[in-house]
Amino acid sequence: MASLCRIVLLAFFFLSLLSVFLPPAALAQENPYFVAYDHYLEEPGNLEIEYFSTFGTQRGGNNFHAFWTEFEYGATAWWTTEFYLDGQTTFNESTLFTGFRWENRFRPLKREHFINPVLYVEYENKNGADKILKEVEGHDVDSDFLISNAEARKEHIHEVELKLILSSTFKGWNFTENTLVGKNLSNSPWEFGYALGASRPLSLKASAKRCTLCPQNFIGGVEMYGGLGDRRSFGLHNTSQYLAPVLAWNLPSGWTLRISPGFGLNDNSHRFLMRWGVSREITGFGSMVSRLFGGQQ
Amino acid sequence: MKVVVVALAVSTSFLAVSVVLAQSRNSDTPATGAATQYDPAIYAELQKAPEKARKRTNPLQNDPEAVAAGAILFEQHCAECHGDAAQGGKKAPSLRAVEVQGATPGAIFWILTNGVVRKGMPVWSKLPEPQRWQLVRYIKSLGGPAPAGESPASKP
Repeated sequence: MASLCRIVLLAFFFLSLLSVFLPPAALAQENPYFVAYDHYLEEPGNLEIEYFSTFGTQRGGNNFHAFWTEFEYGATAWWTTEFYLDGQTTFNESTLFTGFRWENRFRPLKREHFINPVLYVEYENKNGADKILKEVEGHDVDSDFLISNAEARKEHIHEVELKLILSSTFKGWNFTENTLVGKNLSNSPWEFGYALGASRPLSLKASAKRCTLCPQNFIGGVEMYGGLGDRRSFGLHNTSQYLAPVLAWNLPSGWTLRISPGFGLNDNSHRFLMRWGVSREITGFGSMVSRLFGGQQ
Repeated sequence: MKVVVVALAVSTSFLAVSVVLAQSRNSDTPATGAATQYDPAIYAELQKAPEKARKRTNPLQNDPEAVAAGAILFEQHCAECHGDAAQGGKKAPSLRAVEVQGATPGAIFWILTNGVVRKGMPVWSKLPEPQRWQLVRYIKSLGGPAPAGESPASKP
């Protein structure tokens, strides 16, 4: 079964990559964050296909490599919807498909303000072996991952997650604050978490020449995230916390590369997380699908 | 096992759709640079710019490279909807129209910053302020309707 999963996941990744190579693309102006969100949604009709990896060290157990693929679609200028597929490899154990997520982000205000809110709603259907650490909430700690894949995968998790994203752009800097509440629908308490981020392009002016290595194509920053306990025990006690520099490189070909070394800030956190990701934005995806089914747009 | 099959089906669908899309990509764009006619009401958003925003002057007005940089930015971020020569497309109006060309740089900058979210124009404040001003310089440099067949490459 494990080898079958591995083959299917590889096939999935290969097919997704192939699909990325074919259609037209536009220069993305993507933020560098892995965990935090800013208030910018996907442009309407565009599809972004993303692959992300997280390598993590594990105290008293096997290190792991978790990965996910995202399909992010701009339904309207005020609504972005995303579908995720998650998997992981725990070294000396196995590779697993760990579940899927469906995420929606809504922009309630028509205009740009000093602080811009975005509402986030996500449904997760995953098993207990999920290790992508796309968010940290409640009392998620390093030792949760000591359970073997064979055991952890038996736990099925249906979770709803809500976020309030507050983001500002000031003198080229983006500052964002995400507050998160999540609930496992199988009678667990509400859990809380947060993510903070700050980032800025290396140059604010665009070059008059087409270039790949121009400073405006690089966006650097930092993000910090962690759990805040649950309804019964709110606070930092027995939670994990991380600090991670982030860097994104938006290539003129439409590809974006991201990298982020993350560091655990307490003994409940994984000591080190190495994240990287690659994505490509496909413009006019919605119109083309519409045409495919006989639509006019 | 069921989930794995679903994952494979989803990815295969994406592949199939992508192939078809790649075949049909060019049929979306008007063949010439001739301006498309739009209901003047569509430009009413420009009038909603506050007085203070409208009066802002372009800090890159005298930057000799601003138009060229703006042309590249336009191609990367705006041409998909507004057309390669800003003549307008199915999704967004011409930027060569008198309503746009007659608007102040500050009003155009305000629209870029705030978008017209309910009508499909995204917020572009994710582009740093100097890049939005470079775009304004380029848009204002377009003048009237484009001659037939004009491409962005023939712009500054």
